[in-house]
Amino acid sequence: MADSPVDALLKGSSGRTTRGMLRIIILAIIAAAAVSSRLFSVIRFESIIHEFDPWFNFRATKYLVQHGFHSFWDWFDDRTWHPLGRVTGGTLYPGLMVTSGVIYHILRFLTIPVDIRNICVLLAPAFSGLTAFAMYLLTCEMTVSPSAGLLAAAFMGITPGYISRSVAGSYDNEAIAIFLLVFTFYLWIKAVKNGSIMWGALTALFYGYMVSAWGGYVFITNLIPLHVFVLLCMGRYSSRLYISYTTWYALGTLASMQIPFVGFLPIRNSDHMSALGIFGLIQLVAFADFVRGFIPGKQFQRLLTTMIILVAAVAFLGLVLLSASGVIAPWSGRFYSLWDTGYAKIHIPIIASVSEHQPTAWPAFFFDLNFLIWLFPAGVYMCFRELHDEHVFVIIYSVLASYFAGVMVRLMLTLTPIVCVAAAVALSTIIDTYVLTTPGPLPRAKSSVESSSDGLRSTRGPVVGITSYVSKAIVTVSVAIYLLLFVAHCTWVTSNAYSSPSVVLASRLPDGSQFIIDDYREAYYWLRQNTPENAKIMSWWDYGYQIGGMADRPTLVDNNTWNNTHIATVGKAMSSPEEVSYPILRQHDVDYVLVVFGGLLGYSGDDINKFLWMVRIAEGIWPDEIKERDFFTARGEYRVDDEAAPAMRNSLMYKMSYHNFHSLFQPGQAMDRVRGSRLPAEGPQLSTLEEAYTSENWIIRIYKVKDLDNLGRSHNNAVSFDRGQKRKRATKRKGPRVLRTE
Amino acid sequence: MPSKRSTAAASPAASSSPSTTTATTTTAAASTPKLSSGPKTLSTNSSAFEIAQHVWQQYLTSTPQRTKMLDAFMGFLALIGAVQFLYCVLAGNYPFNAFLSGFSASVGQFVLTASLRMQTTNGGSGSGSGSASSGKAAGKGKSGGKFMNESGEEGISHERAFADFVFGSLILHFFCINFIN
Repeated sequence: MADSPVDALLKGSSGRTTRGMLRIIILAIIAAAAVSSRLFSVIRFESIIHEFDPWFNFRATKYLVQHGFHSFWDWFDDRTWHPLGRVTGGTLYPGLMVTSGVIYHILRFLTIPVDIRNICVLLAPAFSGLTAFAMYLLTCEMTVSPSAGLLAAAFMGITPGYISRSVAGSYDNEAIAIFLLVFTFYLWIKAVKNGSIMWGALTALFYGYMVSAWGGYVFITNLIPLHVFVLLCMGRYSSRLYISYTTWYALGTLASMQIPFVGFLPIRNSDHMSALGIFGLIQLVAFADFVRGFIPGKQFQRLLTTMIILVAAVAFLGLVLLSASGVIAPWSGRFYSLWDTGYAKIHIPIIASVSEHQPTAWPAFFFDLNFLIWLFPAGVYMCFRELHDEHVFVIIYSVLASYFAGVMVRLMLTLTPIVCVAAAVALSTIIDTYVLTTPGPLPRAKSSVESSSDGLRSTRGPVVGITSYVSKAIVTVSVAIYLLLFVAHCTWVTSNAYSSPSVVLASRLPDGSQFIIDDYREAYYWLRQNTPENAKIMSWWDYGYQIGGMADRPTLVDNNTWNNTHIATVGKAMSSPEEVSYPILRQHDVDYVLVVFGGLLGYSGDDINKFLWMVRIAEGIWPDEIKERDFFTARGEYRVDDEAAPAMRNSLMYKMSYHNFHSLFQPGQAMDRVRGSRLPAEGPQLSTLEEAYTSENWIIRIYKVKDLDNLGRSHNNAVSFDRGQKRKRATKRKGPRVLRTE
Repeated sequence: MPSKRSTAAASPAASSSPSTTTATTTTAAASTPKLSSGPKTLSTNSSAFEIAQHVWQQYLTSTPQRTKMLDAFMGFLALIGAVQFLYCVLAGNYPFNAFLSGFSASVGQFVLTASLRMQTTNGGSGSGSGSASSGKAAGKGKSGGKFMNESGEEGISHERAFADFVFGSLILHFFCINFIN
């Protein structure tokens, strides 16, 4: 398929085999480059799982490998969300864990004993190599020029927009999901072109795999019906379309319902209704087409179009009615936040609080895609020029994905594949036009571009005034320079921005040597070693997965933010004064409280900076007790120094963060290096908690929740008594003496 | 016996769906008078019902026996699906998994059979979807030799179509059985 017949016809079969061989070698090299450019973090740090979510995936994978598939499927995890627990088997996308579990067992079977951790760390780079290959296949479907496929594969392999989610150690759902996304789209294009049940069924199978791997499958669920719908509206109905779509829908929906987490969503949730609607529509269209065979009449085409629009209107009305009457579940909150960027901030603070759900800043596009971003519109234009079914797909995809990527940072990931396709199409067109439109032989220019772009294609385009040496040289050189710059940019971005594990931090000392800050693991390991097996740790939800994975202790909330109330409870405990918090802590059996504090080191991602989100989320549930306004000063500033608002200074989070902090400095010299403010000379007093551990750079501070006082005093009294006792120790001798005299 | 039943099953489906199309044709004719000339050229000033009957007669005469068998099977599947749906509406959807897998099995099989029918009739008489295939050929003619090759490949083999059908059905029923609990 890659060897297009045109080439074979023109070049002869011997050249064809050579070129096929070359193409395979080039693809292998691209895959190798894709893998190796993701290994910065392993080389620079070590083979470690990154960030937050991957720690849960890692923990689940370990569970899967240890206990087998069936107990994994029925896994009820009582070590998270204490005291609720979590039906983990039914609330996760198992594709990632199962994939690495299968790889583990295959390697074991081949007697290659590899640690499961290494498989998890290296899974994402390995799949990125596969993604490059899938990209090649997809792009080859779009254009006859084989150089476009190779270019797209190379772009996909090293573009930072994709690397950001697939460096070694970033063991997240997206690691395999992007490969599945691209491959599903490839199969879909193939199915539409061939109109065979087999391709449709394969699409459905990979769609099912995708559903099991990532919640972003909804993108496919809506994109494919939209493609079909647009084709129908363009009057391009054909039996191929019917076959591929209905096969995909019937099988794919069933396949997606096999995943317990998805369950009945495909028939209940509005996100999936467009697919169902198009399914019904295409049945009608097929029937109309069938009837048309018996009725002569040239106007039938128009009649068909009218019918489509009518039925679509009726179906849309029905959908609205059903949604309004509550038969179908309303659109999910994340979906609303896609359309209305302010929605989440107002209604669901928990969604807005996740940094990757924020709108994209415009430099991010250039940062992540470099020169592809301006080749992208050109590529889309190329698609308009040909406009077969598959080009319609590219256009729809690019429009939708551009919008989504603008709304949410995280969805840059879905934009990246189509940008690579379009840019590769555009670039290969440029190269082909300028370099290969030779009426006479120009061997030198030809060979130089062959080596830079791997392209070889003879177009039979008209000879225009671009065959001169000068224009060819200019274009070739500038394209080569752009490609080189792209590679340099990708390498730089990858090594600087995306290769930090964020569990281990690196900084540079003044003399240029590297300084590793390993506070997270230090503190988690302390927890693992020094606390009882079932000690409950309370922290903000960001650290729940890491505590579960590294410290192996039960947590109250974690990154699977399924229960907003429970998170709000933690937020309330953190943002209330001690007298309010302590009963909450006791009620939830909390033994230790963990806070992240960057004030000493200047680490900006700490809990005080996240504190407002805790307040907001708590306010969402208890608007009477917690008010965001109280945490600002009278002038509306968020301060931590002398002028901090009273609610702020009394909150548990503030006290825990700055407890004893002033003792590190000269009196009155305590500086918070994140907020850049001088702290009050007198530090906050904690009475219900006691400091248990503080890591080397003070990033993690762990507090033990005191038990109830033995004498039934309140903690406040007990503490002041203790403090008083020391002062009274001198007079204490008098006490018994007095007693004795009496 | 089965043939009688299947024709009985097929006829209501066939007669009910033309009624919807005729309804749309009348509305379309009402909204855009230009379009009314389309279907009426077949028999001047005939009512919608007559057109439907004409279609039915032409279908009976022009369809080969094999394709009729497929149609009968499709009608049977549609009947099963309708019965299951009725049961779900009337008697409640308690074993929801079972209902869903049963229903989607019939729908999926219906769809697959329809696809098989399209693929097999494509190469044959081409009465049903001849225009579609011609449109496809026109669409592909532009794109060059590669696609021509593929469409030629697709057109020929009924065996390939049947193998695809079996493949799709296997997957479908595997999922259904897995889902039925």
